Amino acid sequence: MSAIIKAEHLSFAYPGDGDTPAVPVLHDVSFEIEEGSFVAVLGHNGCGKSTLAKLLCMILEPDEGILYINGKDMTSEDITDEDIYDARRRVGMVFQNPDNQLVATIVEEDVAFGCENLGIPSEKIRKRVDEALDTVGMRKYARHATHRLSGGQKQRIAIAGVLAMRRKCIIFDESTAMLDPGGRKEVMDTICRLNREEGITVIHITHYMNEATLADRVIVMNDGRIIMDGTPGQVFSCADKLWEAGLDVPQTTELLWRMKEAGYNVRLDIFDPEECASEIAKAIAEKR
Amino acid sequence: MRSDIVFGQYCEGSSFLHKLDPRWKIIFVFSYIVGLFLAKNIFAFALMTLSIILLWVLSGIRAKILIKGLRPLLFIIAFTAIINIFWFKGETPLLPDSWFFQIYLEGIINALLIVLRVAVLVTGTSILLTYTTTPIALTDGIEQLLAPLAKIKVPVHEFSMMMTIALRFIPTLIEETDKIMSAQKARGSDFSQGSLARRAKALVPVLVPLFISAFRRAEDLATAMECRCYTGGAGRTRMNVLHSTWRDAVMLVAIAAFIAGIVLLNIFAPGYVFAM
Repeated sequence: MSAIIKAEHLSFAYPGDGDTPAVPVLHDVSFEIEEGSFVAVLGHNGCGKSTLAKLLCMILEPDEGILYINGKDMTSEDITDEDIYDARRRVGMVFQNPDNQLVATIVEEDVAFGCENLGIPSEKIRKRVDEALDTVGMRKYARHATHRLSGGQKQRIAIAGVLAMRRKCIIFDESTAMLDPGGRKEVMDTICRLNREEGITVIHITHYMNEATLADRVIVMNDGRIIMDGTPGQVFSCADKLWEAGLDVPQTTELLWRMKEAGYNVRLDIFDPEECASEIAKAIAEKR
Repeated sequence: MRSDIVFGQYCEGSSFLHKLDPRWKIIFVFSYIVGLFLAKNIFAFALMTLSIILLWVLSGIRAKILIKGLRPLLFIIAFTAIINIFWFKGETPLLPDSWFFQIYLEGIINALLIVLRVAVLVTGTSILLTYTTTPIALTDGIEQLLAPLAKIKVPVHEFSMMMTIALRFIPTLIEETDKIMSAQKARGSDFSQGSLARRAKALVPVLVPLFISAFRRAEDLATAMECRCYTGGAGRTRMNVLHSTWRDAVMLVAIAAFIAGIVLLNIFAPGYVFAM
């Protein structure tokens, strides 16, 4: 497997303006994202997760460091607008606010928007839009008005818009943060399916721990640095380190952690409530 | 929901008129209006009435909706009718000479015809455009009709993109206004009492957050559009290409026949000649 995104020592600061000093956000961030993987990025507010997402989409340019997208150095001097558009065709983004990213009033028109920008002939756009709507399960809403949809449905439309452009990698910038639990589940199910069935690389920025447990890999950020990087099991097993960074851990992990502190012999890398329950039962039986 | 009002104009449907090409529809509406103003005698007005009934049948829109659409104009219609009845000097007085004012038969007919014309004008244009065309289709139609102007550097695409986005955000901003107003009411602000100046002042704490959020939304949207490779109108294609069909040809003939009929009736049909 090859890396679709590779970041080497990225640093970024929002430039100051007159009296206000520049705000450093990212410090020396390095990582690689394998094609087809599902990576969750965790961190509390203001730790630079969204800035990182914007760097990966080339909305912002890093001050220092090198960013490779699909093996191409996007930070070199001789990068052209064409290269940037080309990279944006590979990496798409779904934003936090479902209302602020839909352009058209009709669902299918919005899904088509990206393809229209790419100058694809109309019959092909039609085909892609239908496919994308099928993938997110919104085909029957194709002619509906976007503003009447629920938050979860709007986010699925935004995802369809990204899919219609045939992108291989989608960055979700807290796309579930403004949704109700039902909508969040809808979107998470869609994201998981895209990753498993369509082989799409997913970078999911979130602060919901239980969403992060669905990923193959979790990157934890704090104050613009990557502090942890590993499988959900590895990362959440170090609950103390996460608490130190002002983050929560999944409820199952917290429970198991407390059990362990109380002297029970339990594993920490369990996220399924059922499994967790049997692990605890086993540990209690053992202790007796 | 208040946000429904904005799009309440468009009636979902798949009638003959719904399927017309929006570009042609815009042309049809203008021609139809010209036709209406050419009408000069009772026969021409009869044709006008016939045309509106035909349009209504073709649109498949319920009469209730059309009548509802006329309601806001009731005052203006009544006002012009009354003015015409009392001011018009005709040849057949209807009241005894001893009265201090006079009403003429021609005045009443005139008033009725004016009412008819205004009603047909409003209903006809609504049926042809607003009730049967989505705002988006309308914007597309305008963009393509004006496309030749892009050659002389008129930003046609940018204008239509602005229209599209404005239409898209109207319901969102209305919802937002409702939310902010509720929030301000919860803090004791009163929008419904006091003098006009007071009420206007009470709106300031609603408008300021609304504007701030609108700017934030605009920035978010710009980022999202950039992420979706939007680079302006050049090199852009459309999914839904507008096609002219046999329907547009039929409608073109019908509208041409309508105008021709009005003109011929004006010239050849005898009878009462309408005065503006």
